[in-house]
Amino acid sequence: MEQVHPQRKWQDYFSFSTDHKVIGVQYLVTAFFFYFVGGALAEAMRVELSTPDPDFVQPEFYNQLMTMHGSIMLFLWILPAGAAFANYLIPLMIGAEDMAFPRLNAVAFWIIPPGGIFFLSSFFVGAPQAGWTSYPPLSLVSGQWGEEIWILSVLLLGTSSILGAINFVTTILRMRIPDMDIHSMPLFCWSMLATSALILLGTPVLAAALILLSFDLIAGTAFFNPAGGGDPIVYQHMFWFYSHPAVYIMVLPFFGVISEVLPVHARKPIFGYRAIAYSSLAISFLGLIVWAHHMFTSGTPGWLRMFFMATTMIIAVPTGIKVFSWCATLWGGKLNLNSALLFGIGFLSSFLIGGLSGVMVASVPFDIHVHDTYFVVAHFHYVLFGGAVFGLFAAVYHWFPKMSGKMVNETLGRIHFVMTFIGFNLTFLPMHPLGLQGMNRRIALYDPKFQALNELVSIGSYLLALSTFPFIINIVWSVFKGKPAPRNPWRALTLEWQTASPPIIENFEEEPVLWAGPYDYGIDTESIDGDEEVEDMLAEVAGNT
Amino acid sequence: MQSSAVNESQLVIDSHQESGHHGHPDHRMFGVILFLIADSMTFIGFFAAFLIYRAIMPEWPPEGTPELELLVPIINTSILVTSSFVMHKGQVALKNNDIQGLQKWFAITAAMGVAFLAGQGYEYFHAEMGLTTNLFSSCFFAVTGFHGLHVTVGVLLILSVLWRSRTEGHYSSTSHFGVEAAEIYWHFVDVIWLILFVLVYLL
Repeated sequence: MEQVHPQRKWQDYFSFSTDHKVIGVQYLVTAFFFYFVGGALAEAMRVELSTPDPDFVQPEFYNQLMTMHGSIMLFLWILPAGAAFANYLIPLMIGAEDMAFPRLNAVAFWIIPPGGIFFLSSFFVGAPQAGWTSYPPLSLVSGQWGEEIWILSVLLLGTSSILGAINFVTTILRMRIPDMDIHSMPLFCWSMLATSALILLGTPVLAAALILLSFDLIAGTAFFNPAGGGDPIVYQHMFWFYSHPAVYIMVLPFFGVISEVLPVHARKPIFGYRAIAYSSLAISFLGLIVWAHHMFTSGTPGWLRMFFMATTMIIAVPTGIKVFSWCATLWGGKLNLNSALLFGIGFLSSFLIGGLSGVMVASVPFDIHVHDTYFVVAHFHYVLFGGAVFGLFAAVYHWFPKMSGKMVNETLGRIHFVMTFIGFNLTFLPMHPLGLQGMNRRIALYDPKFQALNELVSIGSYLLALSTFPFIINIVWSVFKGKPAPRNPWRALTLEWQTASPPIIENFEEEPVLWAGPYDYGIDTESIDGDEEVEDMLAEVAGNT
Repeated sequence: MQSSAVNESQLVIDSHQESGHHGHPDHRMFGVILFLIADSMTFIGFFAAFLIYRAIMPEWPPEGTPELELLVPIINTSILVTSSFVMHKGQVALKNNDIQGLQKWFAITAAMGVAFLAGQGYEYFHAEMGLTTNLFSSCFFAVTGFHGLHVTVGVLLILSVLWRSRTEGHYSSTSHFGVEAAEIYWHFVDVIWLILFVLVYLL
């Protein structure tokens, strides 16, 4: 690692550094650590669920595994992983030296490792058992200290998330190089703008709910406890006001990633720049008014169900606009099927299934049938694994040369993709029929008639676990022994590729020149040497458009 | 090692930050406003919960809830509203390079904030209900307490401005981020109180 940058030492990555690139890598490595922890918990659940009886762990411990798996994957894996790329890429993409508030940025990161360790420490006092939703009254009766640690950790991680969002919005809106207007910035920045708006508007409401829940748990109030005159439904409303947008907070950054990865490796301009940009904002706005679709079976009155069913289905429109635009971007392109694009296409197909099953569960009559079954588990894993995690791996393969200065091994990358794609579908596709047949989620025991499909799911999950090994080997090997990466290995047009790999300490030798739009591919770039003069490139662009 | 950092405390000292060395413009007020938007959502969460309880409970406040005493909160409201104007005079004084004026008006504002907190403490001790008496009392203490926490933070911000203003040239008519940030935060806490007062005491 000493070779990574002449002025950067490996110790920097363990320090309170204010360099957004160091912070981005810190976020990413921390997130991956918790991904493996959360993955191990999931594998333990799958071992238990390969038979209908509780023969591997006790049902109480299964509840803890389930709660911790969900919470870790959401709050300590996907959220920080999205923030990792936002931190690393936003200043580079807009030609800035750093984020708007570098020290605040470092503070936001350094909340996460202690928060995460504190969270894991709940296993010593009996981890929370009420699921990542922590619905009262269940969360009030299933182990006080584990639950309180859950609340405090989520408050800490939420604070980190808000501080990050303040930085992202300020940086994107205020620090672009003068030539770059808001309609010529990369789509990743648009998606982070939409994400950050949701973080700023949603997270504080979750904080309010958790503070009240904490009072119920510790001080003996009864905000959400029907036994003392409170109402658990109020918690559900407050919780989902954040936690439904949280789904978009977790997937929108990777919508942005896909909009960056597809055009570069298909050598085509993005189809519908403004449609994709504005649909991010539309998802962000609509995302704030759909939360009660999680509560169709919570005694929600009919007119309210109708409203939330309609708004939820409308979200399919901006999402569909994106999916069609991405397909149109690939259409007729000169596809370079490397690991990054494979994961990008894997994202498209898996996320499409998750999106469509989302429209299905948005429908009240259907939702009442499958509520709290494995159909819902299948749906959100297709969105969050098939969407967010595939997008995340696409991002890792796409920007690894920039971040480390080394190329990855393509063969290992493709093996990783094939294993992940097969393992993922083997794990989550059979959950659809399981849910339709009525298998309940969040319970360690199940009817023996579901055993065959559950064995299949467990085998798929083992394959998914194995698929991380080629990835880890590839990354570790490439960091130390990989082929040095040139400045712009993909011949991409966004600004992060105009500087060295890895970028120098304040990113650019001189203010970068915006000589083409971010997605002006399809011009004769094959013959353009990466180091040719900017003026020649400008002439090339002018001659071809 | 941390070479890319814009050293923010240095920026505060640097009176020519707007023109900027290395061309760093000052985005801090923008950040403060984003933070306040987020913070206001916490209060909106509390207020929404309060209004939902009010709407769905068969009786609100629940039977046996003592009437809230209005005299102290009305005095408190007028103290807080007045303090916003007093504080603004301090900021105007600074814009005229009158550091003494800034210190005078900010000191009065801090004292008024402390008076508000004292009034609220008096109210808590003389309330005929506790945190766990019923749902209304829980809401009352949670919401006013969370607001009181904000007032406390505001007083600490004002005191830190006073502390920093002792350094010659720390604040001037061209360098006043800390002063403005503390002021906008104080106005925010003031506006939240007015909404809270109407919701909890008057409705």
